[in-house]
Amino acid sequence: MSAYLARRLFYSIAVVVGVSVAVFLITHQLGDPVRMLLPLEASEEQYQAARQQLGFNDPILVQFARFSVDAVRGDFGDSLWMDAPALPLVLERLPATFLLAGTSIIIALVLAVPLGIIAALKPRSLLDHVASLTALLGLSIADFWLGLMLIFIFPVSLGLFYTSGYGTWEHLVLPAVTLAARPLGRISQIVRSSVLDELDKNYVTAARARGLSEQATLLGHALRNAAIPIVTLTGFELTRLLAGFTVVVEAVFGWPGVGLLAVDAIERQDLPLLQADVFVVAMIVVVINLLIDLLYGALDPRIRY
Amino acid sequence: MGEPLLRVEGLRTIFQTSKQVVTAVSGISYSVDAGETVGIVGESGSGKSVSMLAVMRLVPSPAGRITEGRIWFQGRNLLDLNPAEMRAVRGKDIAMIFQDPMTSLNPVLSIGKHLVEPLKLHLGLTTTQAKTRAVELLQMVGIPDAANRLNDYPHQFSGGMRQRVMIALGLSCNPKLLIADEPTTALDVTIQAQIIDLVKRLRREFGMSVIWITHDLGIVAGLVDRVIVMYASHVVETASVDDLYEDPRHPYTLGLLSAIPRLDAAERTRLTPIPGKPPDLSNPPKGCPFAPRCGFSTADCLSEKPTLREVAPGHFSMCHLELSKQAFISLREVRVNA
Ligand SMILES: Nc1ncnc2c1ncn2[C@@H]1O[C@H](COP(=O)(O)OP(=O)(O)OP(=O)(O)O)[C@@H](O)[C@H]1O
Ligand SMILES: [Mg+2]
Repeated sequence: MSAYLARRLFYSIAVVVGVSVAVFLITHQLGDPVRMLLPLEASEEQYQAARQQLGFNDPILVQFARFSVDAVRGDFGDSLWMDAPALPLVLERLPATFLLAGTSIIIALVLAVPLGIIAALKPRSLLDHVASLTALLGLSIADFWLGLMLIFIFPVSLGLFYTSGYGTWEHLVLPAVTLAARPLGRISQIVRSSVLDELDKNYVTAARARGLSEQATLLGHALRNAAIPIVTLTGFELTRLLAGFTVVVEAVFGWPGVGLLAVDAIERQDLPLLQADVFVVAMIVVVINLLIDLLYGALDPRIRY
Repeated sequence: MGEPLLRVEGLRTIFQTSKQVVTAVSGISYSVDAGETVGIVGESGSGKSVSMLAVMRLVPSPAGRITEGRIWFQGRNLLDLNPAEMRAVRGKDIAMIFQDPMTSLNPVLSIGKHLVEPLKLHLGLTTTQAKTRAVELLQMVGIPDAANRLNDYPHQFSGGMRQRVMIALGLSCNPKLLIADEPTTALDVTIQAQIIDLVKRLRREFGMSVIWITHDLGIVAGLVDRVIVMYASHVVETASVDDLYEDPRHPYTLGLLSAIPRLDAAERTRLTPIPGKPPDLSNPPKGCPFAPRCGFSTADCLSEKPTLREVAPGHFSMCHLELSKQAFISLREVRVNA
């Protein structure tokens, strides 16, 4: 287990280094941050002076080292838009992001697992068709459209929940349900197919031949194996929710998450803020993936060694 | 002689797909006495596995279905049992081990978990008692250092060791009948011999009956009392092992026997596999299923299906031609010379 853990940790660190290099190259080399910092009417001398002063004339490796040291210290510079250190501005958005993503994925899992199992137990039955259709609907519906429909139905027509905002569970319901639709669809599909796959395997027939009930065979044997692809997909959907793919829904419901912050940073050409946002999101993705790898190790003894 | 332990009457099993109906088992009958070891031989696809899954009522549904027959086991027709009653028979009275020990164990559960489960379920042992018993069972099937291996996972065992674990699992609740579906096919020859010796020893200790499926007549000669030969979903011949080897009555059995290498043969004759292929089970021929490949078939054979008849005491054959081995040999010579 410890060798496995060390290997996964090593990969995570490699990914962090890779992300750092990418962020550095994009922000320091592709664009010209100095021009963006200066007023439009600044002269060539002022521009050169600023470059020199900000260290943009130093060798690239020196620049990267400085960037890395600052990043490790959590210093991404000050946000131009809000005139405050960038990192805390991102971190203060995290609770909202975690709350929304976590709630959505829990809603999705709680519904998708039973739905997928029911479909797998009676393939091609009416129940299976209904479950499959629900899944297809969930994953193909456009999230902003679903969000707008929910706003129309609940706050506008029925006076339930809120059209936008953050703070109470009633603010959370509609965006969470909206974002749960896609993972619900995809997870229930993978639950169905992986449970079906497992139920077809020899060890399941062998377990039945020892007199185990269908329930014991499913819960005690098949589901443990089926869990591996389910965990993979759930992890992927969760990182997607945390990594800002939720931005449209955040915008529809005015939810103050990191996705919306990134869009604001781009609109305002706030490079330090964008850097900090990208970096935080990348770290979240790395940590989630590491946790998923650990979960694999717990689920499957074959990869522990 | 009293009632046999297992008596199968007219068992028919089909697989229905959207396009066709495959008859995997065509109304076969046979019986197994208490303490007896019966071998079932036949080519791939002849219905050996399906006929045994039918006894366990584990034919893969909904495609597969038992459409006719009765399976008498200890005075009860297994086909009449409700699901809970049937589960109480599986693993307790009838145990089954499978061809591929690599895939028959759950890869994410420890060997101990596997063994403890049926002991608690069928014998009502506590977890502690079951673990003690599990270690005894592993020792009995020759797993070295058994006490320390309960927490190991299937992938930490070799193929032969896994099959020993499967046997321990099968015997855990003292079954009266052990069905072994080609349990050595996936193993090396030396390991095969070890597993066969193990089963020989254990069936004496447990006093159980064994059904041993194989497509290799040579392997089971020293293990079984009686042989059932299956061909294209039918039982075509059944006899005591000596009668079958010495005096085969069905041309298919004769073909199988001449495909076995003989160590004692004066000259090493080349193996003569039976030419041709078995019939399509979704569209079986009207007459004898073996007739198209049979070197001795007549017009009758193609038009009318023979029944399984007693050709000598305790020796049954499904053939229109009541031929003996001598007759086969002289007939073949006549043809070769012609
Ligand atoms: N799940 C299934 N669906 C459809 N047809 C099947 C299924 N299982 C078996 N059959 C058919 O039933 C017939 C008998 O198969 P069975 O597995 O009993 O053969 P076998 O004698 O055990 O062969 P082998 O030596 O290869 O194990 C085959 O022709 C096969 O095509
Ligand atoms: Mg088979």
